[in-house]
Amino acid sequence: METKTIPHAEAATKFLANPARVQWHDETLWFVRYKRDKIVNEIPEWEQLRNLASQIKEHTLSQLDQYLEQFEAAAQANGVIVHWAADAADHNRIVHSILQQHNARKIVKSKSMLTEECHLNPYLEAQGIEVVDTDLGERIVQLNKEMPSHIVLPAIHIKKEEVGEIFHQHLGTEKGASDPLYLALAAREHLRQKFLAADIAITGVNFAVAETGAIVVCTNEGNADLGAHLAKVHIACMGIEKLIPRTEHLSVFLRMLARNATGQNITAYSSHFRKPAPGQEMHIVIVDNGRTTQLGREAFRNSLKCIRCGACLNTCPVYRRSGGHSYHNATAGPIGAILAPNLDMRKNADLPFASTLCGSCTDVCPVKIDIHNQLYQWRQVLTQEGYVPAAKTASMKAMASVLSSPARYSFAGKWARKFLRWFPSLALNKRLNPWAKQRDLPTPPKESFREWYQKNGGNQ
Amino acid sequence: MSRDKILAAARQNKPAPVPLPEIPAFAWPAEDLLASFSAALEKSGGKANLVKAGTPIAPAVKALYPEAQRIVNYVDGDTAVNEQLVQDPAAIDVVVLKGQLGVAENAAIWLTDWDCANRVLPFLTQHLVLVIDKDTLVGNMHHAYAVMGQQNPAYGVFIAGPSKTADIEQSLVIGAHGPRSMQVFLIER
Repeated sequence: METKTIPHAEAATKFLANPARVQWHDETLWFVRYKRDKIVNEIPEWEQLRNLASQIKEHTLSQLDQYLEQFEAAAQANGVIVHWAADAADHNRIVHSILQQHNARKIVKSKSMLTEECHLNPYLEAQGIEVVDTDLGERIVQLNKEMPSHIVLPAIHIKKEEVGEIFHQHLGTEKGASDPLYLALAAREHLRQKFLAADIAITGVNFAVAETGAIVVCTNEGNADLGAHLAKVHIACMGIEKLIPRTEHLSVFLRMLARNATGQNITAYSSHFRKPAPGQEMHIVIVDNGRTTQLGREAFRNSLKCIRCGACLNTCPVYRRSGGHSYHNATAGPIGAILAPNLDMRKNADLPFASTLCGSCTDVCPVKIDIHNQLYQWRQVLTQEGYVPAAKTASMKAMASVLSSPARYSFAGKWARKFLRWFPSLALNKRLNPWAKQRDLPTPPKESFREWYQKNGGNQ
Repeated sequence: MSRDKILAAARQNKPAPVPLPEIPAFAWPAEDLLASFSAALEKSGGKANLVKAGTPIAPAVKALYPEAQRIVNYVDGDTAVNEQLVQDPAAIDVVVLKGQLGVAENAAIWLTDWDCANRVLPFLTQHLVLVIDKDTLVGNMHHAYAVMGQQNPAYGVFIAGPSKTADIEQSLVIGAHGPRSMQVFLIER
């Protein structure tokens, strides 16, 4: 699936080619944001919870090494086998070696954005091992040979008629079927067989409790539990930032996660796995993959507080109108745009520019990450490091020179007004000026306010 | 070794210590916990039934699911029947389990592997019936963890309604992989 990276603006242009579909995508996500607002407003202490969640995460990050060691010791005492992966390749090798030890051929996986980030599926498929994604949305995109376009709603970009066609091809459902109930029940039957036959289950982790070594996984479908309980071996993959110090802290995060993500009071299942069941085996793979580097970047470290609720995606005017795939990164949207440059500045230099800096992401963030501020700061870093296209850098420099001098500003304004009156077509030429693509200019005034004031204001 | 590398990098790059906050005793505003619980459960696609202590559950379950053939009932069912049915857990129609407590704000019910008999039962069954004492209702999740937070079971789960998905165009479908319905009996003493 590794192909040449198409810059966000270019991919967004393709997405925008179908206005009716864009509007549908936009409205669907805005509805999720609306449900979130409604349910959040029912909790009088919501802002206090945000502060608490943020402080708990900041505290954990400030002692991350100690909490990781505490978690490892507790998990090992529980009979869990703990692995450490420095990067994505390391993670994939570790998971593969566990599968090999058990001679496992049938793998079920519940939602894990970490395994998407590490491209685990293509890696295992190259070794001849089939991984079945069991979250309905993830199964849909997997059958369609795509990546999830949203961290919580993986198939939010696909219409039900298209799901019908995908299922018709792969699961043999009736052609032309588009009823969500019919399609979901077909997937239920199909995936039940996979659960019952699986050798090993892979799950993600929502929270890892340092004091007990327990991991908590939240789903609505129950797929993580069906997988983990039916297979002989459970492998849970987690980034180092999933840690929280104590069990009681779960109360804060479980109150916030589903409310902020989808507007539900809580997910149907919040499962606490501490010890494997008798006769079963449990592994936890702790993954860094750039996270300790991000921890060292003062301006960006608090992005590691993220609990992956997806609210910043739902609220983002750019995400809603450009679609998750335009971000060419496992995690899309505003949070993806501040995490991705840490992984690869060259490849992801365009993402912090995929924002209006309106700040709505920051307003809805349950752990108070200053997302829009970090987007702005990434722009500075990426420009300084030379990852921003020369034309953008040059025009920004010219703009800075004009705006920093009143004389140059006044001179430029005068000539711009004349120029726009004489040659309006040049400024609106969509090839010469990308700004004119979806915009019209008003008729330029004959004089600036300053000029008008000098003529009229001074006399009175 | 990746372990030492990661820990060394975390040690090197972590910010200055930040204190851990205390969680205040947040109250749940609604006085009627049962009403909150029932409303939250209904919103999640489940249903609450209030029954007097001593009322047999088994006939009520049979009445709710008249078509069900294989009912595993760990509350007031036949132990021998249960043992026989759980040999083939994928064929079970209804599972009846006793939960430890219920949470008013979100209708979550806490069960551990001791309460489930087998961890997979509440997920693999076609329909789930949970029974709790009405007196175990607490207001919010902070109150819940204050009660069960120190248990540290090998496995424990908050269940708040039947299995569901909205992954196809945000249309809610009840019965994704797990139970297609959930009924809760609250016993009033």
